[in-house]
Order: sequence, then C-alpha cells, then structure tokens
Amino acid sequence: MTLISDLQIAAPEILLSGFALVALLVGAFAGDGSSRFLRAFSTVVLALASLLAFRQVALPPEAAFGGLYQTSEFTSFAKGVVYAIGAGALFMSGGAVRRDGMERYEFPLLMIFASFGAGVMLSAGDLMSLYMGVECLSLSSYVLAAFLRDDLRSSEAGLKYFVLGALASGLLLYGASLVYGFAGSTRFDQIADAPYSIGLVFGLVLMICGLAFKASAAPFHIWTPDVYEGGPSPVVAFFATAPKIAAVVVFANVLFSAFGVMEDQWALIVAVLAAASMLIGAFGALNQNNIKRLLAYSSIGNVGFALIGVAAGETFGTSSILVYMTIYVVATLGLFGGVLAMRRDGKNVELISDLNGLSRMKPALAIALTALVFSVAGIPPLAGFFGKLMVFRAGLQADLLWLVIVGVISSVVSLGYYLRIIWAIWGKEPAAALDPVDFGVGVTVVASTVITFPVLVIWIGGLINATSFAAAG
Amino acid sequence: MGWQEIAALIVVFAPGVAAAVAGLGQRVLGDRGAMAITTGLVLAAAGAAASLFFPLVFGTHAEGAHHETLVLATWIDVGPIVADWAIRMDTLSIVMMFVVTSVSALVHIYSISYMEEDPHRARFFAYLSLFTFAMLMLVTADNFIQLFFGWEGVGLASYLLIGFWYKKPSANSAAIKAFVVNRVGDFGFALGIMALAFMLRAPDQFLNPDGSVGADYLALLGVDKFSSVKFDTLFGAIRADALVQPFGAATAVPIQSVTFEFLGQYVYGLEIVGFLLFIGAMGKSAQFLLHTWLPDAMEGPTPVSALIHAATMVTAGVFLVCRCSPVYEHTVVAADIITVIGAVTCFFAATIGLAQNDIKRVIAYSTCSQLGYMFFAAGLGAYEAAMFHLFTHAFFKALLFLSAGAVIHGLHHEQDMRNMGGLRTKMPITWGMMVIGTLALTGVGLPAVEGLHLGFAGFFSKDAIIETAYASHDTFAPLAFWLSIGAAVLTSFYSWRLILMTFHGRTRADHHTFDHAHDAPVVMLIPLGLLAVGAVFAGGVFYDAFVEHHNEAFWAGSIYRGEDNHVLHERHYVPLWVLLAPAAAWVSGLLAALYFYGLRAGLGARIAASGGPLHSFLSRKWYFDELYNFVFVRGAALLGDLFWKVGDRAVIDGLGPDGLTAAAKAGAGGLSRLHTGYLFHYALVILLSAVAIGAFILFGQGRG
Repeated sequence: MTLISDLQIAAPEILLSGFALVALLVGAFAGDGSSRFLRAFSTVVLALASLLAFRQVALPPEAAFGGLYQTSEFTSFAKGVVYAIGAGALFMSGGAVRRDGMERYEFPLLMIFASFGAGVMLSAGDLMSLYMGVECLSLSSYVLAAFLRDDLRSSEAGLKYFVLGALASGLLLYGASLVYGFAGSTRFDQIADAPYSIGLVFGLVLMICGLAFKASAAPFHIWTPDVYEGGPSPVVAFFATAPKIAAVVVFANVLFSAFGVMEDQWALIVAVLAAASMLIGAFGALNQNNIKRLLAYSSIGNVGFALIGVAAGETFGTSSILVYMTIYVVATLGLFGGVLAMRRDGKNVELISDLNGLSRMKPALAIALTALVFSVAGIPPLAGFFGKLMVFRAGLQADLLWLVIVGVISSVVSLGYYLRIIWAIWGKEPAAALDPVDFGVGVTVVASTVITFPVLVIWIGGLINATSFAAAG
Repeated sequence: MGWQEIAALIVVFAPGVAAAVAGLGQRVLGDRGAMAITTGLVLAAAGAAASLFFPLVFGTHAEGAHHETLVLATWIDVGPIVADWAIRMDTLSIVMMFVVTSVSALVHIYSISYMEEDPHRARFFAYLSLFTFAMLMLVTADNFIQLFFGWEGVGLASYLLIGFWYKKPSANSAAIKAFVVNRVGDFGFALGIMALAFMLRAPDQFLNPDGSVGADYLALLGVDKFSSVKFDTLFGAIRADALVQPFGAATAVPIQSVTFEFLGQYVYGLEIVGFLLFIGAMGKSAQFLLHTWLPDAMEGPTPVSALIHAATMVTAGVFLVCRCSPVYEHTVVAADIITVIGAVTCFFAATIGLAQNDIKRVIAYSTCSQLGYMFFAAGLGAYEAAMFHLFTHAFFKALLFLSAGAVIHGLHHEQDMRNMGGLRTKMPITWGMMVIGTLALTGVGLPAVEGLHLGFAGFFSKDAIIETAYASHDTFAPLAFWLSIGAAVLTSFYSWRLILMTFHGRTRADHHTFDHAHDAPVVMLIPLGLLAVGAVFAGGVFYDAFVEHHNEAFWAGSIYRGEDNHVLHERHYVPLWVLLAPAAAWVSGLLAALYFYGLRAGLGARIAASGGPLHSFLSRKWYFDELYNFVFVRGAALLGDLFWKVGDRAVIDGLGPDGLTAAAKAGAGGLSRLHTGYLFHYALVILLSAVAIGAFILFGQGRG
C-alpha cells in the first residue's frame, strides 16, 4: 500500500480536512467578514465530497492506513448522503445565521469538521479510528449546539449535550477497551475472528450503549428533545439529518463487520432498542406543542424504524437501512426548512399553533410541508411509505414479526401528532402573517419535496437496487 | 353481419349512448339538446326493435325465427363461470325489446311536454335513457351475470327517478324504500345464481386432463363452451338431464335429481335455484310480501310510473320466470309457490285498490294485481299467456298512467280523486283515453265466439290466463282461478270508480283549478293516441302468434314446455261458463261502481267517512306498512341500537379508539414527566439503561 493509494481511498475526507484547515487560516486572518464567503465555499466543498463518496460506491472495498480506514459500498453510500445533506443544511442556513447573529467564520467550519468526523467514523476499520471520528463529530456538535453563547437556551443545550455526550463517549471507550482486552486487537476484522468470551459481550453491550446515544435511540435518547429545542434552528436542522444517518449506519457497520458472528447476542438488544425508540417517539410527541421538540421525538421514532433494519441483520437489513434513512433525512431537511421559515416580525416562532392557516398564507410552503409530513409518517404514495415498507419487510424476513407489529402500532400512534401539524396548516384560522421565506430555504424545501415526491417514488426501484450490494456481494 | 344484428346493436346501444351524452354533456347541450338527443335515439331504437319484432309475427320469418346470440365481448372468464356481453336475439328477447323501446320512446315524447317546467329536464331524460339501456341489457342477456347487471341497472335508474324530485322528503324515502325492498329480492336472486354456479359443474369423468370440459359433454348439452351461468348451458343440461357433479360432491347425478340438504330436508337443486330466482322476481315485480315499495314509488314523476313502474321494469320478474321456463318446468314446489304468490297478489292488490284515493296509487295497485295474473300463469306453465299479458298490459297500463298524468297536469299536480270530478267536459280527449285504457284493463270483449277476434287488448290476454287456470290440473289451479275471477270483479269496480270519481258527477275541485282545467297539449296526446291504438288492437292482432295456432313457430323454442304440459291447448276445452265468467265479472264490477259512485253518488265517501273496519283495513293496505315498520324497521333499529350503543360505543370505542387514545395521552403525559430537564436525572437514565442491558445479556447467557 502506497501513501498515494491510501490518500485516494480517503479522498473525500482528505478534501474536507484540507479545506477546513486552509479555511481556518483564512478565517483567522480575515475575521468574521469572510464568513459568508466561507459558508458558500464550504457548501460547494461538501457537495464535491459527496460526489467523491458516491463515486466510491462503485469501487471495490479497500483498506487504507494499515486497516485503520476502510471503504465499503455500504458506508460510501452513507457518506455520500451525509455530505450532500450537510451541504443542503449549510445552504439553507444563510438567512437564519445572518439574522440570529451567528455570522462567524467558525460556523461553516464546524459543520465541515462535524461532517468530516461523520465520514471518518463511517470509514473506520478499527476501534481507534471509530472513536476518533465519533469524537470529532461530537465535539463539533457540542460547540454548534451552544453557538448562540449569549442565548440561555442555546448554552444550556450545549452544556447538557456535552456532559451527557462525554458520559456516552466514556461508555463507548470503556466498551472498546474491554473488546480490545478480550479480543486482543482493535481491528474490526480481527475482532470478528476472536474467540467468544463474556468480556467481549460486555464490551459489545457498552459500545452499543455509546453508539445508541449518538444515534439518539431510546433509552439513550433523553438528551435529544432538550438539545433540539434549545439549539439554534440551522444547527438542529444539521443534527437531525447528516449525523443521524451517519450514526445509524455506523451502528450497523460496527455490529455487522466487527461483531457479525455474535449476531445472536446483539440482535435482540437492538430489537428492544428499536421497539423502545418507536414507542417513545410515538407517544412522547403526542403532548408536544413546540415543533422542534416534536421533530426531536419524531427523529427518535424514526431511528427506531431504521434499527429494525439493523436488528434484521446484514443479510436482510443493509439495503433497508440506507433506503429508510436516505428518504427520512431528505424529508427532514425539508421539514427543518419549514421550521426556518417560521418567523414572525423578525423573530423565530416554534409552536405548532404558529403554523395555523398556513395553507391560506403560503400555499406552496403548506403543500410542501404537508407532503413532507405525510412522507415521514409513511403515507403512500410518498417516498416515506416505501422506506417503512422496506424495513418492515426486512424485519419479517428476519422473523421479527413482533417488532414489525410494534412498528405498525407506533406508526398509527405517531399519525396522531403528524396530523395535528396538517390540521393546523389546513384546518385552522390563520394567525398573523409569517415573514417572507429565504431564498435558500425555499430552494431546499422545494428540492426536498420534489425528491420525496415524485423523484424517489418513481426511482424507488433504482434506490433499492443501488443499495442492495450486500445481498449481491 | 346481417340487418338483424345491426338492428339489435342499435336497439341496445342507442339508449346507452343517449344516456351517456345527455348525462355527461347536459351543461353543453342544454335542456333542449338533451331532450332531442335522448328522444331521437330512443325513437331510433324503437324503430329498430319494430323491424325485428314485426317480421316475427307477420313476415316469412314466422316459420323458424332465427335464434342467435351476438357476442360483443367476454366479461368474466373464470373456470366454469364464463359471462359474455351479448345480445341474445330469440323471440322472448325481441318481444321485450319491442315493448321496452316502444313504450320508452312514447314516454320520452310525452315527457317533453310533461316536464316542461322542470329545471332539471336534462337529468330526467338522461335517467330515462339510462333506464332503457339497462332494461335492454337485462332482456338481451345470454347469461345470468349480464342479466343481473341489467337487473341492478334498472334498480338504480328506478331509485334515481323515484327520488328525482329530491327536495321532497317523501320522494326520497320512497326511493330508499324501493331500493331497500329490492335488495331483499336481489339478495335472493344473487343467491340463486350462486346456487346455480355451485350445482352446475361438469362431472369429473367428462373433464379433460387440463381441467377443461370434454367435447362429448359439450355435445350432450349442445353448447360450444361450458359456462355454469349461461342460459344455454343450463337449459341444455336440463333438457338432456345431463350428469352434473356439484362442487364437493363425490359422484355425478342427473341434474334433475340433484339434491341438497337444506334446513334438515333434502331438496332438489333445481327447486332451490328456481325458488331463489323467484325471490328476485318477487322483489322487482312487487309481488305479495315484497309489494310495499311499488305504491310509494308513485312519488316519482308520472312518466316514470308509466314506463318503469307499470310497463317495463316491474315485468322483469315475469320475464325472468319465462326465461327460466326450463327450470320451472322441472320443479313442482317452486312453480307452485309462483302460482300461489301470483294468485294471492292479484286478488290482494285489487282489494287495496278499492279504497285508495290517490289516482296514481289506484293504478299502481292495479299494476301489482295484473303482475299477479302473469305470475300465476307462468307458475301454471302457460308462459306464453304470461308474456302475452305482459305485452298487452304494457300498452294499456302505460296509457292509463299517462292519462292520469294528463289529468294531474291539467289540475296543477292535484292527485287526490276526492278533489276531482266532472272533468269530462273539461278534458274530453283524456277522458276518452282513460276509458279505452279501462276497457282494455277490465278485459271487455266478445267471448265464446270462435274465430272472431273482437275485443280490447286485455280481453285476449287476461281471459287466456283465466281459462288456463281452469284447465290446469295443478293442485293450486282452482285457487288461482277463483281468486282471478274475484280480482276481475274488483278490477272492474276500482277502474270504473276511478273514471266516475275523476270525470263524472259534480266537481269537488276548487273553482280556480276547475276553470283552468284543460286537455293536455298535443305533444302529450300523441303518445296517448298511439298507446290507445295498442290498447285496442294489441290483443286481437297478436293473439294468434302469442298463444294460438302460430305460437310454436313464433316462440321458436325460446320458451320451453315439458312434454306433458299442454295447458295452453287444453284451455280450448273449458266449459262455456268459464268463458263467460270474466265478462260477468267486469259487468258486475261496472254495475257496482255505477251504483256506488254514479246513482248514489256520495255513498262511497260516506262509507269511507264512517271508518268501518273493512274500509280502514283496505285503505291502510292490509296494514302491511305498519307491520313491516314494527317488525323490520323497528326491529332493525333496536338491533342497530344494541350494536351501536353496547357493541360499538361501549366495547369497540371504549376499548378501541377512545380507550387507546386515552391510554396514549396518559402515556405521553408520563413520558413528559420523565423529562425533568435535570442533567443528573438524564445521566441516571442513561447509566441505568446501560446496566439494565448488561444485566439482560448476562441473565440471557445464564438461561441460554
């Protein structure tokens, strides 16, 4: 292995980190005045990284840096989605960043670093690089959550996230050291060959706890509503999308590649986590009036659905995880675009009642949000329905009928609050008018709606084929 | 494709096109356009039907009428159940085509004037044409499925037209009543078709290895393709008494001997099929027990009553029984049920007719009663006589209804005969038409004169039926005979009562209405005149073809009679008094009516006012509505209440939606309380969860 080929394999991450370091220098010398320029540039670079990652999907799996780093179709596809969604989140953040006093050059760079961390943990072939990636993502996220440092809620969100995140990192690290101790190696392929021992299982359990925290799967979801509610909306839009799919895919990747032989041990845990997430996501949101909090519970529930795919195992679940999460994050990005559009008299408003009568004030936005909400709720013929169909099918193929039943029940219950949004938009008398929608937000919402319906619906067969490499290979 | 096929296509599809164009394009066409298109196309259909019908009677085709079926497309093809869209062109179908299209065309013309002031004329004409199309699908079917399609189609059109004035609550409830009562009958009909499909299955030994029916079996039945719902297959099997093996049966049995266990009894399969099909016929033709909807259906516009609820749709049941003559020729019980129900209806409806005051209801009960005549004739095996009466009745009953419509029109929608009287001078033409209709209905003619065909239409057809009832050897034939004589007396009484109350005596209408009363415009009188011609001549002219010397050649096998069924011939040997009895009946009815409503005018009103038990029994229609209301409507409401309040609200809603939402809300509230916002609580939850999962795995290990 030459250095050149190693660098080629890690090309998307090299691009991101190289750009981020240069941009950091630019920002340090030019000050916050360069922020707009850097944000635009960062968006472009993330999009480029996304293209590079998608290109790797077609290439055969390779390892680099002595096995610390490895690519596979599964993770490369996820990386492509992560970077693309990150670019979208950055693209639509412009107006909000300007108005809410977040126009600092660190903002786009932290997003880049977070995306880079997500990319590294996705590409990890070793517990060390996995931890590096997780920490890079997490540390950037803590700062982003507290980005409005003069705002009480933002600081509180950042602090809570940091303390609990540190706890979870501790669990992850402790689990990793136990695994290393009993398996004798930190490399995934060597852990997979290690003999069975109870210590190894215990390490696995602790690692699952740590990773579940990052993916905000119940019962490790508890930070999510507070952080989503308190964090600045453009940041939460990013949290709910790019790192979310990364965390779920990493979760699956670690279990599949390092602990594949121990599937009997972890499948049930994951299934229980999935069931708990779906139920808490469904029931927890029923009483919420704040739309960001509601979307937090929605994301917990949706992670639960994706975990059905993980619990179904590598053979049945791989494709469904990617299909489900891709459709979900695309729609969620659009929904947070809707949250960013909720401004009245120059102030952000976040209650469901603030959407009252939206259909009469902004019919286009109302139609888009309706389609996106229905997609996330899994109503046919929108793309979200096919995502749910895929994970349920995977669950049934893996004989997890009870889990699928829990999923269907949660779906029905969660309709209770999704329909509240629709009812507010279409059925209520209009409240005072909302401010005009930013260009970037408008474009993102329209794009995400068009992708949700009809692009992904028509192309759903293509998406499923594009993600069905595990079964084929 | 010869001219017959082209004519048949015109007959069936011209009204269909008319309905579609007028119904969908009424905004574009406007009222006049819709009326012109529907009336024109239905007239074309009537012309085409006439070109099929008259050669059968008069032309060279009279010998061996050509029997063929025009298959348009295959509709259903599932194993042994094959149903085509077809136009069956045998005599039975052609007679019905002629009746339906000719009456329909006249009613269309009549309606142009009658519905002049209605704002929804286009819709009305679209419905009329839709009805005509559905009725033609019914009569031209070559299988039970298409017949059922038409059957439901006419039911729909009937529902739409009864409720045409949808702003009148009484019209809406009448429409619903008609629909619901017909559902009862249609349920029986559908079961009959299913029983047939269940029973009529080729035996295993005749099946080819691939499951298709073998050629020798097909040859035995005389068909090209086996289909358990096709008339030809069924009739072929019955004629040949072919072996059939019902689904699930171990052995094959000749079809006439197939038995099923039903309520602990072994019943012949054909009896079950025949009985169930007759239930359908009872509903559609308003026979005793399922008759309650027909009088209420008079809430619809009068042309509708004439077309649907007198001349055509209500006779569909009679047509069905005649169409299935091979079935009823090999049943005893089912045929007897038809005879008894028909005989009872003909008398029972006539008694109610005595005490009604609404001019249309009197005619409606008369229709019910005349349908009873047709049914018991068919039940006794004289299908030709039943069809003949259907044919003549269509003309004179449509005439009566349209004349009544002219009276109602002339009096600005007054229908109560108590508010009429003395109208003969005001509307002499209408009076004349009504008298012609009444003479035809009561069967006035010159009996017992061989070879001299002198009489009104009803004379020939009704007397043929009464003679048949006397000649038949059936157990229930004497019952049918005496009830039909009694009904003839009553018919004459209520018909002349109608004439006398409406046109004679001193008027009871208010001055304004009476002064403005007038004969109908000429557009309405033309159809009346044409129908009057039919009411006068339809009997004598077609007597030979339908029931006399030429009937074998005319029907050409489209009606089947068993080998020992000679009832149509034997009626020639009845004693003289039987021939004279119907004449005596109408004379006595006329005299009684003259006494009550002419000589001692006001006597009838006094009887009604005295409120005697017999009069109220009759005027309340034997209390059938009250009885059904109490048993079925109230019973169903009570049962529904039980299911609704206890079953649905308490159990299903309580434990289901309501209970679950309450539980969900409570659960959500609990979850919210877990979210205290305190960091150390969150940390505790995370650590406890980690410990729980670890413990779970460890204990899982221990168990495993």
